[in-house]
Amino acid sequence: MITAVQKPIDEIAGMAFRHKRILIVGCGSCVTVCFAGGEKEVKTLASLLRMKAKMENRELAIDEITIERQCDHEFIDKIAALVEKADAVISVACGAGAQLIAEKFPNKIVYPGLNTTFLGITEQQGIWKERCQGCGSCLIDKTGGICPIARCAKNLLNGPCGGSSDGKCEINPETECAWQLIYDRLKQLGQLDSLEEILPAKDWTTSRDGGPRKIVREDLKQ
Amino acid sequence: MKSDSNLEKVLAGGGFAVTAELGPPRGADAEDIFKKAKLLGDCADAINITDNQTAIVRMSSIGAGILLKQRGIDPVIQVVTRDRNRIAIQSDILGAAAHGISNVLCLSGDHQKFGDHPTSRNVFDIDSIQLIQLFKKMRDEKKFMSGQDITVAPRLFIGAAENPFADPFEFRVIRLAKKINAGADFIQTQAVFDVTRFEEWMKLVRDKGLHQKTNILAGVIPIKSARMATYMKESVAGLKVPDEIVARMSGAKEAKEEGIKICIEIIERLKKIEGVRGVHIMAVAWESIVPKIAERAGLLPRPKTNNNSAVLL
Repeated sequence: MITAVQKPIDEIAGMAFRHKRILIVGCGSCVTVCFAGGEKEVKTLASLLRMKAKMENRELAIDEITIERQCDHEFIDKIAALVEKADAVISVACGAGAQLIAEKFPNKIVYPGLNTTFLGITEQQGIWKERCQGCGSCLIDKTGGICPIARCAKNLLNGPCGGSSDGKCEINPETECAWQLIYDRLKQLGQLDSLEEILPAKDWTTSRDGGPRKIVREDLKQ
Repeated sequence: MKSDSNLEKVLAGGGFAVTAELGPPRGADAEDIFKKAKLLGDCADAINITDNQTAIVRMSSIGAGILLKQRGIDPVIQVVTRDRNRIAIQSDILGAAAHGISNVLCLSGDHQKFGDHPTSRNVFDIDSIQLIQLFKKMRDEKKFMSGQDITVAPRLFIGAAENPFADPFEFRVIRLAKKINAGADFIQTQAVFDVTRFEEWMKLVRDKGLHQKTNILAGVIPIKSARMATYMKESVAGLKVPDEIVARMSGAKEAKEEGIKICIEIIERLKKIEGVRGVHIMAVAWESIVPKIAERAGLLPRPKTNNNSAVLL
């Protein structure tokens, strides 16, 4: 999923308090699952902002709505009337959702309520970890199912750097060395030989380096 | 000969090579380089210049290397992939080679988190092994990574680093083999303090015949104080300093002298290891001690080749 964390309340308030009436829009998919921008978080955020506005004697009306997905036109279309009523929108979706709202309502100011962070997994309740950078050309078939692009601090494709120690990465003793994980897994699979192969320089055109990306599926296009 | 490198010549002549490390200044200070060059020039076959080590901004390794060339000294230019993509790296190496620089040391580079610009973005377009391959391709095939032709190919003596003390231990020899297969003419190791573990690693290296395919230079660091020993043991990623050395440094009356003694003892043991072709002395911020260590470890005088008798400007 796409993971995100809510911005500090003061930062959000700094944006919200420029207006008299705001709409907070939550999203029912990824950010609901990672407890950053679902219905519950929208409610809490609205209460906090109301309280803060009251303490500072500010006039602020807040509407709340959470839609199924902020990254699809059809769900945003349904809230057009609510958006029109507000002076500004605080989107607590990922950056894609916040931008689609902005795109659909050119006259509305849209603020991000979240910091979108990574494509990751739920490690356990309250802990999420990055697993993918969406480079557009998956290579984990060669690395034991573990991605060195997303999980090695230096994106190394041919083994660990000299800073790998006791299975940990030099940048943080709590971060696992991706290449230790790859090594251990290939060993377990009896595939250590594959480590002798030199992986060539990556073609980054499929990644962000090729500019904003677009997927077109002719078979589905209408 | 692949290049005009003095280091390559000394190794090809069968000598036990000596290189020394030089950390460039944090300013546009040519005098600093000349001072260190004077200090190190006669006790090393080549001087290895770091490329913004620990991600702290310093004079560029190529810039400092050109200054060394002007003093008739053979530089080894470190090239990290942290700060430059394949376009910049290829362009820079053409410039360096045009200035007569031959030796390159291919590294990924310390993460910027450790440096003075921790908020910067890193590059890592390619890794250190791909960098070795790239330089070999430029030299041997006269081609850029793109496959397009180079008009005048850079004549390079290509180096790489290996850390026998990092983990996973068993992977370290595989990784060394990869670097050699990629085209590493010489290998500079992380500083050796635990000679016994280094000997074990060298045995694995010899079992694979890798010592015959490249030139392995073992790294050494002279320790200046007990504090430095403890710091390196506890805080420097990739270094393994045995307790015994920390104890010797703490117990010594003359810490500096003890550090020199330890360094010389290590060099003496390294000389005896089959497949070790030289030492690389890393006395960054203590360059003044290198002549004494080289002298007492019996590494002087350095062989004279046609290269290091170059005109002094």
